Amino acid sequence: MFRFVLTRVSLVIPTFIGVTLLAFLLVHLIPGDPIETLAGERGIDPVRHAQLRAEYGFDKPLIVQYGVYVWHVVNGDLGISVITHQRVTEEFAALFPATVELSICAVLFAVLLGLPAGIIAAVRRNTIFDHGIMATSLTGYSMPIFWWGLLLILLFSNVLELTPVSGRIDAAYFIEPSTGFLLIDSWFSEDEGAFASAVAHLILPTIVLGTVPLAIIARMTRSAMLEVLGEDYIRTARAKGLAPIWVVSVHALRNALIPVVTVIGLQVGALFAGAILTETVFAWPGVGKWLVEAINRRDYPVLQGGVLMLGSVVMAVNLLVDILYGVINPRIRRTS
Amino acid sequence: MTAETQSLAQPETAPPHPLVEFWRYFAQNKGALAGLGVILALIALAALADAISPHSPIVTHDDAFLRPPFWEEGGSFLYPLGTDAIGRDVLSRLIHGTRFSLFIGVVVVALSLTAGTLLGLVAGFFRGFTEIAIMRLMDTLLTLPSLLLALVVVAILGPGLVNAVFAVAVVTLPHYVRITRAVVITERAKEYVIASQVAGAGTLRLMLSTVLPNCLAPLIVQASLGFSTAILDAAALGFLGLGVQPPLSEWGTMLADSRDLMLRAWWAVTFPGIAILMTVMAFNLLGDGLRDALDPKLKR
Repeated sequence: MFRFVLTRVSLVIPTFIGVTLLAFLLVHLIPGDPIETLAGERGIDPVRHAQLRAEYGFDKPLIVQYGVYVWHVVNGDLGISVITHQRVTEEFAALFPATVELSICAVLFAVLLGLPAGIIAAVRRNTIFDHGIMATSLTGYSMPIFWWGLLLILLFSNVLELTPVSGRIDAAYFIEPSTGFLLIDSWFSEDEGAFASAVAHLILPTIVLGTVPLAIIARMTRSAMLEVLGEDYIRTARAKGLAPIWVVSVHALRNALIPVVTVIGLQVGALFAGAILTETVFAWPGVGKWLVEAINRRDYPVLQGGVLMLGSVVMAVNLLVDILYGVINPRIRRTS
Repeated sequence: MTAETQSLAQPETAPPHPLVEFWRYFAQNKGALAGLGVILALIALAALADAISPHSPIVTHDDAFLRPPFWEEGGSFLYPLGTDAIGRDVLSRLIHGTRFSLFIGVVVVALSLTAGTLLGLVAGFFRGFTEIAIMRLMDTLLTLPSLLLALVVVAILGPGLVNAVFAVAVVTLPHYVRITRAVVITERAKEYVIASQVAGAGTLRLMLSTVLPNCLAPLIVQASLGFSTAILDAAALGFLGLGVQPPLSEWGTMLADSRDLMLRAWWAVTFPGIAILMTVMAFNLLGDGLRDALDPKLKR
């Protein structure tokens, strides 16, 4: 087991080096002088330019600069935003819980609807249920979610006036962030209605971000269940006279879940990609919106740091899924 | 002599030509046929865009701002799907938009398929350092959320149609590399490859004419699904203002243009989205159909 974990961790190291290289090269690949790029549109006088050049180490060879960059990264220094003059790590830490909260809700939404939908489609194969669920699923994973978000706002916020248009909570409430997860913070706050407001703000973004994973989970569950339902041990279970619901929910589902869980675990990257769009549509104050704004404002230290940190988070989660998978399934451990 | 052996070995009924067999399986899938139909219709729209669209996609009509579609009050058949904030005909813009989406799809798939297949072949044939370097690079590209990677590429190159295409091609590249390499590694160990190697075939010949044809089935499936990813991602870049730039009528860019007017002009937001959704669905259906028809495991 220890060897298994060690191999998996060692496999991640080159990828991490790759991500640091990409983040490092990002600033150097942008056409033009990096100091002028960092200074922004205001321009800079030549004396200060030379001074900054030496200060940032841009006069040294590229490989030395990369070494310095990695040294800073290892020490937790990802630079300072050109616009807000705050440390990139601090900004990230302040915004990341919003993205995580939204992502967790979206995954829960996708799993809670997707698993039953996939099971029903498999058990009722080739019926109207199956066709309906599969057609919906096809629509779901073909969905341009930025448009889906606009459409839902149009319907639920403007026509039906049921949900708020944007943000995480009504401006009337001020919640001191302690966990950063607004659902938790508002639950424990003194304000009446703060929690309800936070929930109301979460509904549409959750649906929008959860749509594609929902479609994928439903599809995966269906095909995994169909495969398992054809196995001999299911026939045996049925022949023993077990109740059909017991056969499906215990004997079949347990084995069908293995590929489904892997797919869910490996969706983190895709989930963050979706979060960039969802947060932009709903003005959700998370890291996705932050990164898009950084590009529009040419705030390259933020983009550089954000790429590195989101990349690291995805890598860490993938590694965790990989290891957990080995813990659950001993066969994986031995073959690797 | 070979002819004699062949005629002896020939069974009573000749097996159908592979393409005929493929079409027989493909045509059983009604969804795939529907997808193919929609794609052919889109190609026709793109080709005939200038002839069939009622107006120019970029000319503004000063007397017709925010006209609703014809079935709503105030709408007319002059502008069947209404006009946008500066009086451009939505239908004409949508029709011309098919050109962008199909162009983006074709170029992205061509770029990433070519580069990905070559890299995959190289990784599969030259094991050791070359393979490790290529595959770790692909892992890195796969680790970053796809849209974030595309945003990084656009941040480096600047927004625009060509750069967006390049960004999406980079994002989709690793899938082709992985598929090709995996197939190459299993095929290389087979007798027919060893036989042609013994017969004196050089590495290039082994790569391109012995092994590559056997990688095609999964690559074709991936390529058709790659169209839908390309169109979706390019539209997302357009929506974020970093893809095709206005006044060009790419569907994602149209959405971004009309977003602020959503409440006053639902049609300017709704129709481009439907266009994206339909196109992506069509390519996904086609991809699923191709997979079912080309996967020998499912045929039995």
